[in-house]
This record gives sequence, structure tokens and C-alpha cells, in this order.
Amino acid sequence: MTVKKPVLNPQILNHPPVEQTGVEERSVRFTKRSIKGPSKMQGLELVLSMIDLTTLEGKDTPGKVNQLCTKAKHLHDHIPGLPTVAAICVYPSMVSVAKKALEGTKINVASVATAFPSGQSSLRIKLADTRLAVEQGADEVDMVISRGKFHAGEYAYVFDEIAAVKAACDKARLKVILETGELGTLDQVRKASTIAIAAGADFIKTSTGKIQPAATLPVTLVMLETIRDHFQKTGKKVGMKPAGGISKSKLALHYLVMVKETLGDVWLDKHWFRFGASSLANDVLMQVAKEKAGNYQSPNYFSID
Amino acid sequence: MAKKKKWEYSPAPESKQPAAIAGRYALFINGKWQKPSSGTYFNSINPATEEKLSEIATANETDVNKAVQAAKQAYEKYWKKISPTERGKYIFRIARIMQERARELAVTETLDGGKPIRESRDFDIPTAANHFFYYAGWADKLDFAFPNKKANSLGVAGQITPWNFPLLMAAWKIAPALATGNTVVLKPAETTSLTTLKLAEIIQEAELPPGVVNIITGDGQTGAWLTKHNDVNKIAFTGSTEVGKIIQHTLAGSQKKLTLELGGKGANIIFEDAPIDQAVEGVVNGIFFNQGHVCCAGSRLYVQESIAKKFIQKLKDRIGTLLVGDPMDKNTDIGAINSAQQLKTIQAYIKIGKAEGATFFETDCVLPKKGFFCRPTLFTNVAQSNRIAKEEIFGPVLSILTFRTDDEVIEKANNSPYGLSAGIWTDKGARIFNLSKRIRAGVIWANTYHLFDPTSPFGGYKESGFGREGGLQGLHPYVQLS
Repeated sequence: MTVKKPVLNPQILNHPPVEQTGVEERSVRFTKRSIKGPSKMQGLELVLSMIDLTTLEGKDTPGKVNQLCTKAKHLHDHIPGLPTVAAICVYPSMVSVAKKALEGTKINVASVATAFPSGQSSLRIKLADTRLAVEQGADEVDMVISRGKFHAGEYAYVFDEIAAVKAACDKARLKVILETGELGTLDQVRKASTIAIAAGADFIKTSTGKIQPAATLPVTLVMLETIRDHFQKTGKKVGMKPAGGISKSKLALHYLVMVKETLGDVWLDKHWFRFGASSLANDVLMQVAKEKAGNYQSPNYFSID
Repeated sequence: MAKKKKWEYSPAPESKQPAAIAGRYALFINGKWQKPSSGTYFNSINPATEEKLSEIATANETDVNKAVQAAKQAYEKYWKKISPTERGKYIFRIARIMQERARELAVTETLDGGKPIRESRDFDIPTAANHFFYYAGWADKLDFAFPNKKANSLGVAGQITPWNFPLLMAAWKIAPALATGNTVVLKPAETTSLTTLKLAEIIQEAELPPGVVNIITGDGQTGAWLTKHNDVNKIAFTGSTEVGKIIQHTLAGSQKKLTLELGGKGANIIFEDAPIDQAVEGVVNGIFFNQGHVCCAGSRLYVQESIAKKFIQKLKDRIGTLLVGDPMDKNTDIGAINSAQQLKTIQAYIKIGKAEGATFFETDCVLPKKGFFCRPTLFTNVAQSNRIAKEEIFGPVLSILTFRTDDEVIEKANNSPYGLSAGIWTDKGARIFNLSKRIRAGVIWANTYHLFDPTSPFGGYKESGFGREGGLQGLHPYVQLS
């Protein structure tokens, strides 16, 4: 039995152009909504539940990953009733460690793959990398697109590669990292998003966290608009994950406003929206504690793993 | 599974406290607050709550005469004589005090006019202050503005402002007049005098010589006396085309210089290669900014037929997310209609549109029980022959027409007695240049809408008026070159 291989429909490359000034103007408007009191608490808890707590370092060890998993499970036990983060995001070699540490919880393990972060390798290696992650038990795979091929205009290659990785993911959900900081313009962001979605991405994700600029509100808005247009055309939902550079609660809440006003309330769920971040969780926890206690507490009360 | 609670924003009403509105305002003549000789006052109300805010003096002919005489004397005695650099210093001072009192001005503007606090705070007040800053800089550089010529001041400028951007329009008028060495008698619109009266306080605080700026309040009759007055050397009017025509009649044969900034029916043109999502924003901003009370509003939308269906759907989705309600809430996108009378006008046009057979659409948002509110409204299947495509509605009502070719849309855009503004949305640079050359409109925005800057001239063609405000060109109406 052969599964029909998806093919790039060249028509999807004729997407509408993107005007940067307009996107920036619209992005500013999201920052002007008022979120305080109960609305802030609900928003902050939502943010916590959407975090992919991340460690992606050459010096990652089982010890470090175990500690991060403990943090994921016990965000701040002084405040009962807090949600856990959505997932832990690690390299493929650390998936089995994380998987074991998170056994019995609902926290997913996400693994980067496909010669992360540069993606400069052959398809064969990338697929092997993906399979390794999945075999080790990854629930989610965060792949990178081949930006070099993309800039060289080889869109079919980029598309086929994503489709092949998707096939290799089996049941794991695939997040496709565009690395928008290397794409240059918002037009290119729109194009890469369109290709990734058409090739079968379950999520599209802004950045690896290794390149500046990483996630920004304007870049995320263009990606959300691509998701919305795809949904309106096909009825299929795709998730969104901004990653890198979101370390403050206030900014995270601005992202939620953007999701709410662009895609609607259905997307305000960890199944459809994630934050890729390492230090965001503690800032959110500090804000939650402040809302409960009425005043800010020392950062020393919040564990760093 | 329990259904999750929907995440909503928190109400964020701005406090009325900073407005510090007095119970009663007199006339600001010759640097002093003077009781009107008519002895009568009229009420100023908050259009969002219909509550009375203050009582405002009605200036009669005697008061108008007093104000003009004060301006004339101030011109001869001080303003003509002091050095341009000193003039500039006074104007800078006004700008700085406006910034210091920005919150007070923003809250007052919203209470008085019904526009969302987000707009008065982020647009009206800062832009007004910027106009004073900008023209303060010109005061001692007029030789560079008009090389090899001498720019002579005119004398007394009589100025009449509209109710849609009260403080900003006062700034547009007063700043260039003062910078070029003229003195001023200004009459704000009847329904929105409060921020202009606060500007009078600021002028007092800035210690301008008495009589250099005089603020008189009242209705159209007060304005008529001002335009007729013999000692006024220049009239600058922003308002309806109807009144503009009357003023032109009045001034015919007189020596007075005149600038008119009147109505509009801006064409906002969307080509199939436009940045669609940003164009949707531009259309929303173009017609719903300030409840559509904008003379340069993009109230005629032309969409290329090939994308019309998709575009209109996106537009409907987007306006469904607009928050209509209490203008004092920081979340509010669309506030209150300025007056009961204006709401009546808008509702009459909506009736006309329906009767003419255009397809009506409004959002289903809940409107406050009190105050003057109108839902964001679209009419599709509109033709040039429909009144809602021809006449200025001055409210949150958009008429949507379609077109096929560049030439066709140029012809349609120009097929209007007005010529104030237009918007062009396309990815093709050459098309932008072609259209902006052939469309007769004072301002043409490309891939954006409603962007304003003190350095950029603003004004109209045809029945949208003549003369320019803003920029270097904005100095011309206030000087006689020799």
C-alpha cells in the first residue's frame, strides 16, 4: 500500500503581499488592551499552560534535564492549583531522560530534530534524526526548514522535506521552525508559513532561539494570518508557537490578545498555541504570586532549574 | 468536560477627575476671561452619557467686535513688533504646556466629543502639541521658507474649527498664524468647545501678550459675525461644504484672504495585488477612526471585483471584533457619535441606503443604553448613482463599490464633487504613481490610511476646499509675500 505523497501546489506561492508598516501598526494595537485583575490571572495561567519549557544547549546533561522536568512538574508549589507547562523541549539525545522523568504526567516531551538549529544536512540525516526522537518517545517534533534552499528559491525542496519529516513523525505532532530572523522580510515569512502548512505542519514556529531577532509580534501576526487564511479555506486548524525573546508576562499577554483577535478564542489553548521559552515561566509565576499576595516577592523564592 | 471560561479583557474606564472641567466658561478676550455681553450660556453635554458637562458663553456681535479689536490692538502693539525668535519661544511654550497637561486634555476631549480615550490620548493631543512644536520652529526661519522674498504678516486671522478634532484643528490653525506674526480670534464648534477653552488657559499660562489669541464661543451666528467683521484680514474655516459656500459668498469682493477645509468622500482603492490583511486594517482605520467623523475618511471603498467577495468577508470578520462603547474605556475602538443631531443624520443615510437597494450589514455588538451610538455599518452592492456613495455621511458607514480596471477606478474616484483624500492599496509602485497623479485629491495615501504629520500639507480640491494646512505650504495662507 502506498500513501499518496503530498506535492507542492505552485499556486499557493501566489499569496498576498505583506506591508510591514501596516503589520507593525496593527501589532501595536494589541498592546493597548486592558488586562488586569481576574482577566490578568486567567491570562497568566493560560500562558503557564502554554509554555514549552526549553533547554537546548551543547552542555545539556541528564542531570540538567531531570531538574528541568522537576521544575515543569512543580512550577511553584506554594500556590496550589497552578497548571503545569505544556511540554519540555530538548535535543533528541535527552528525550528518553525527559520521558522517564515526566512519566505519569500530562506534560509532553518535544524534541528538536533535523540538524537543529541550522538544518544544514542531508534529508537522510534529518529523517534519521527525526526517527531517533520519535523512537525515544517524543510526543512532538520541532524541525527546522532549510533556509538556504528557501533563499535559493527551491521551494519544492523545502516543501518535500517538511512532508518527509512529517511522515517520519508518525503520531508525534510536527512543529515547523521557519527561523524568521533569517528570512529577511515579512513577505518571506508569509511564504515560508504557507509552504510549511501545505506540507503538513501541525504547528508553525518562529525561531530556534539561536538567531536574533527571534519571535516578534509583527512576525507572529503574519504567521497567524496565514493560519487563519488556511483555516478559512480548508477548515483545518494549525497551531502557532512563537519562540525566543518572550521572557516577560506582559509581552506574553500581548501575544494572547493577538491570538484572540486574529484567530479567535478556540486557539487560546495549549493544543493550538505555545510559547517556546526558558525564563518566561518564572516571570509569570512572580506575577501570579503578586496578584495573590498583593505585592511582589523576591525572585529568590522562585526556583531556577 | 467543563467548558473553559472565555478569556475577556478587563474594563478600564479612565477617571473623569483629570479633566477638571469648570461649571461655566466665559469668553477669552484680550488675555482675560470676560462675561458675554449677551449674558447667555449654552450647555455642553457628554454625547456618551447625555450628561451636562459645563455651561459655555454665547458671544454676540459686541463680543465678536471686542475680540477682533483686542486682536487688532495686540497685533499693532506687540505681535508685529517682537522679534520672530521671541514669537517662536511663545509657541514652544504653548506646545510644552500642552504636553504637561496632556492627560487633562485627552480626558476632556473624550468627555466632550465622544471619541475613544485611546485616540485622544495617542493621536489628538500629541499631534496637536507637535503642530505647535513644528510651527514654533518656522517662526524665525521664514526667510528660508520663502527665499528672496519677504513674508509679511496679514493682521487678524479669524478662525472657525469643527467638532471632530477640536483641539487638533485649533492647533492646525493657531500655530501657523502665530508663527507668521498674525493675531487670532478663534471660534470652536458649539458642541466641542472645552479643549479649545483649555487651550486658552494654556495660552494664558504661557503668558502670551494679551489679545494675541482670543477664543470666543457660540453657534453659527457667532461665526458669521466673525467672518463678516471688517477688521479681520483672513478667514480660515474647517467644516461643512454648505457653510464653506456661505462664507465664500460673504467674503466675495472683500480683501480678506480665505482658506477652506471642507467635506470629503475619500476613495479607498483596493487592487487584487494589495497586501490584503493590511488593507483590511487600512479600510477599518479609514472609516471607523473617530466614528467616521473625519473629513478625509475613506468612506467610498473600491475593491477590484476579482477579490471583492474574499475582501468583504475579511472586512466583516474584522469589524466583528471592534469594541463599541464607553469612550472613556481604554479598550474601546469606537466611541460615541458626537451629537444627537449627527446621529440622526447618520441614521437617515442608513435608511436611504437601504431604500436605494444597497445590501446592508452591521455588526451585532451591544450598544450602551444611554448616549449616541451607531454600530459599524457596511453597504455592499453600491453604485456611483447611490446617494450613500455621493454624499458625505460623516459617520461609521462604509459604501462598497467594485471596479475592473485602473482607468475605471480613476474615473469613479474622480466622479465626486469632493477631492480631499484617497487611498491606494497595491504591490505595484508604478500603479501608485499613475493613480496618485490622476486622482484629484489633496492627500493620497499608498498602502496606508490616515497617517498625519505636521510637516505634511493637508487640504482639498474641488468642493473639499482650498489652501493647505500643515507643512511649509501651511505658512502661505498667513503671509503676504513681497
